[in-house]
Amino acid sequence: MEVLAGFLEAVVRATLPLALAALGEMLSERAGFVNVGLEGTMIGGALAATVVATLAGTTTGYVAGALTGAAVGALMAAFAIGLRTNQVLTGTAVTGGALGVTALLSHASFGATGAALSVPMSTPLAVPLLTGVPLIGRALFAQPPVTYFVYALVPVTWWYLTRTATGLSLRATGENPEAVRASGPSPIRIQALALITGSALGGLGGATLVLAQAGTFAEGMTAGRGFIALAVVALGRWSPFGVAGAALLFGATSSLQYLLQALGTDVPYQVFLALPYLLTLGVLATTGRAGAPAWLGKPLP
Amino acid sequence: MPNATRDSGTLTSGLPGLARRAAGLAVIGTVALVVLSGLLVAGGFAVSTSLGALWHGAFGSADAVLSATLVRTIPLLLIGTGMVVALRAGVINLGGDGQLMAGAVAATALGLSMEHATGFSAIVLALTAACAAGAAWTLIPAWLKARFGTMEVVSTIMMNFLAVFAVSYLVRGPLQEPTRLYPQSSSIPIQNQLPLLLEGSRLHAGILLALIAAVSAWLVLEHTAAGFRLRAAGSNPNAAELAGRIDVRRVQRAAFLTSGALAGLAGGVEVLGVTYALYENLSPGYGYSAIAVALLARLGPLRAVGSALLLGALSAGANAMQRDAGIPAGAAATVEATLILAVLGGQAILLRRMASRFSPGGPS
Repeated sequence: MEVLAGFLEAVVRATLPLALAALGEMLSERAGFVNVGLEGTMIGGALAATVVATLAGTTTGYVAGALTGAAVGALMAAFAIGLRTNQVLTGTAVTGGALGVTALLSHASFGATGAALSVPMSTPLAVPLLTGVPLIGRALFAQPPVTYFVYALVPVTWWYLTRTATGLSLRATGENPEAVRASGPSPIRIQALALITGSALGGLGGATLVLAQAGTFAEGMTAGRGFIALAVVALGRWSPFGVAGAALLFGATSSLQYLLQALGTDVPYQVFLALPYLLTLGVLATTGRAGAPAWLGKPLP
Repeated sequence: MPNATRDSGTLTSGLPGLARRAAGLAVIGTVALVVLSGLLVAGGFAVSTSLGALWHGAFGSADAVLSATLVRTIPLLLIGTGMVVALRAGVINLGGDGQLMAGAVAATALGLSMEHATGFSAIVLALTAACAAGAAWTLIPAWLKARFGTMEVVSTIMMNFLAVFAVSYLVRGPLQEPTRLYPQSSSIPIQNQLPLLLEGSRLHAGILLALIAAVSAWLVLEHTAAGFRLRAAGSNPNAAELAGRIDVRRVQRAAFLTSGALAGLAGGVEVLGVTYALYENLSPGYGYSAIAVALLARLGPLRAVGSALLLGALSAGANAMQRDAGIPAGAAATVEATLILAVLGGQAILLRRMASRFSPGGPS
């Protein structure tokens, strides 16, 4: 029982960065933009959070992570939306560049290993009463404060997309941008804002990876989460609750490796490490693009 | 999309084509240099020392050119040629590193097992297997794309991670050297290694293979019906399907597998010509650099020879910066990202200027 409770706690922590990134990806995809640079926003957010949290505390660290993600998103928007460069190639370049820049800067500031690093981590905040729920209580309600932000973000995003006028314009931009332009709002502006906001969530996801999960920065520590997030969005059928559930499945899969390794088997450990990536391929093979926004990935008219 | 990255023709300005292109390259190079210098300043490194090390490592001596720059040009030209073929067909294959690893594994397994075969036939067999393994590593992404229209970006990157784990297992398991101390394979016997071309340098026969690959790709793309179908499928898939009766999905799958085979060949060539054993981290991100190779070459296989040389020099120079000036790895990836964005942005601006010149109202 104790092992299971500990596992569930780890699942929630592993889910957080992925859920934030995937919700960010969902926002920009609903506006028609495939953000392949998400991995870059995450690693940028992770490094910024590491540096700033060490100087000014975890809360400022999260903010710095989100702002860095937004800045990376703005760079991407300038090229892929402003100049209409290819979305995928632009995002790939941004991801590669961000991985390079963060590797260089982290090496310059913390040395090769990063072992000397002492990043302050978020202290868990227990919600009274709810923590008492058997088995899942501590896993869900004795976590760092950013956890509760994610819990709130899911219904808020749903409400925004389905119940507000700007949310409707955002969705319409991903389906039929010409109709949006004809009705007044600028699809370029809407898509750029969705991309920048989504990238801020990616940066926050990177910050969460450092401040709520790993407690340190390592080169390339995002390990493809920014790309896995694209599969999470497809599995979640581009809806906030679906995406949150899909992120939980991936969080469970990546935590499973610790549980299985702890049980001690003859299976090579690389098989466990490969699980989330295998699951991603499996998801891509079974979900396809059904339910995707009609204008997804195409340049705006 | 590939249209946007292609030659924008002779309509753009009054300058003669060659001079204009040289000017464009100079602008892109300057931007990359400025970004790199800014990053070095931000990291607290001495800029002139670092750039000196970069230059010295790439072009500073005959040995730097032959044993560093040209040796790194080989895998870049192989994967870059594959990237050109794929992008021309509208396929963005980011799985070059995984396909390279697959090819390296196949070449290692065969190169080690054929101790008694004559060198030439063993090398041919090992490199053929490397091609097949690289192509096999693209089968899943190619199938997903054809079957569901899944974006190959995510699937190829997942295959890269799987290749890393597979090699990590192999060099600690079935392919580990007999003392079981190091995570690497045994050394390929000397008769199965690719011959060196020049006494005293590390330049090996792989460069001939890379040049043959680039020239063949050019011949096929520009001078055969298959090449025409491929270009049509990439530049306007709907028109190709409807008016040209071209099976776009089949053409794209063929281009995808070809690019995988070339990346696999690069892996085989690295093992038989450079490392002589299978290691983890065999590729310093050649699969990513290949995008810069293809885009800088404006998707021309012959021009890719030049851009692969440039990126090879960058890779060799960045390695020297790390060794001699203590600049951490990551500098090269940053410069490559800048190059890609500069090419994409520059071409977008040119296209826009062209569009406004030919719009009904003329230039505004």
